[in-house]
Amino acid sequence: MTELGRTPSQTVGPYLKIGLLDGPITNRLADESDPRAIHIRGVLVDGAGDPVPDGMVEVWQANAAGRYAHPADDRKEVPLEARFTGFGRSGTEDAGRFEFVTVKPGRVPWVDGRLQAPHLLVGIFARGLLKRVATRMYFPDEETANAEDPVLLGLEPEERETLVAYAEDGVLRFDIVLQGAGQTTFFAV
Amino acid sequence: MQPETTAFARSPDAAFTETDPPHLYPDYVGTRLRAPKEPLVVMPASLSELTGPVYGNGALVETDADLTRQHHGEPQGQRIVVSGCVLGSDGKPLRGQLVEIWQANAAGRYQHAVDTHDAPLDPNFAGGGRCLTDDDGSYRFITVLPGAYPWPNHPNAWRPRHIHFSLFGRAFPDRLVTQMYFPGDPLFPFDPIFNSIRDERARERLISTFELELTEPDWALGFRFDIVLGGREATPLEEPHDD
Repeated sequence: MTELGRTPSQTVGPYLKIGLLDGPITNRLADESDPRAIHIRGVLVDGAGDPVPDGMVEVWQANAAGRYAHPADDRKEVPLEARFTGFGRSGTEDAGRFEFVTVKPGRVPWVDGRLQAPHLLVGIFARGLLKRVATRMYFPDEETANAEDPVLLGLEPEERETLVAYAEDGVLRFDIVLQGAGQTTFFAV
Repeated sequence: MQPETTAFARSPDAAFTETDPPHLYPDYVGTRLRAPKEPLVVMPASLSELTGPVYGNGALVETDADLTRQHHGEPQGQRIVVSGCVLGSDGKPLRGQLVEIWQANAAGRYQHAVDTHDAPLDPNFAGGGRCLTDDDGSYRFITVLPGAYPWPNHPNAWRPRHIHFSLFGRAFPDRLVTQMYFPGDPLFPFDPIFNSIRDERARERLISTFELELTEPDWALGFRFDIVLGGREATPLEEPHDD
């Protein structure tokens, strides 16, 4: 089979807001009024420890029941939820800060059928990033599920630590360090 | 019972010499403090990575795809049609795909607080657009030819004319943000962002082609830019790392 040559990546540059943040995709995956709503906040920082004010963070997640709103997730026994797309994006123009309002995703299976702990896939774009970097965010109140998560189990403890958010003033805090001490663990996806 | 553990492979920088640029490309100064230095974790794709956002028609309006009709008056500059197909690496068209673009105006200035380049803003040009691909994977924008502009990367640095593109593909790993360039741009040899793609053939895939068939007679020039998503190298290359 002949594979077409893939289109290469280029940086999102400093002006991404014009095309990506002024459109229909927002950082509100769920309504604030939803009793299940959770707030995720963090800061995107560079290798000097400085905030990155011209970046963008995207998240992709299953709904609260653990089903992805996508045809490849055809597990009819797990309900879909009208209006929950599972996708959101936040700019970081306020001193590197990003924020999401969403619901905690349910558990979804790993490749061998074991359950993964609740998690979000996270993609990061910025001036100076020639291609997206990708990571995962896990939840601090899921100790049992995290302890048996096939992805977390495959990592060194210090790598694992960078992927688990922590509770702070009623929100989930998840900072992303692009480079240097305490660098977030990134995945080749 | 002790849960089964998996140790994942580590890759210095997935696809280092292949299609995509490396994370760290020092000629592009912005990468020096932002490129991750730790090896990337390589793991199999689970349901989380086999899925990704899906779009409907709801959120878009017609002027989203025509950047020359988003204001009361018409923008300055050469009117152009930019059109092409969004395909999987298997050659199949990707339907209903959200395509998002943004660009500088004809004078090389972005309508953005951070852009302080001494060139005029155009009150009739915001520079952002979006559309969904048709059943054959095709998309079409009407806009103006963006100007080249200076940037502070190195002395007398200029970006070639370009339009930023954002695409999704079939699943999370396919997500792509890139830039479309224009044929014959004299600034190509001097641009570290363009040249961060080390493979010449891959680099040339970012250059649109002029197509007479896409022009609108007496009205606009036409450029074709096809986009291929997915089919990323399954096993990232283990390249020697020199840092």
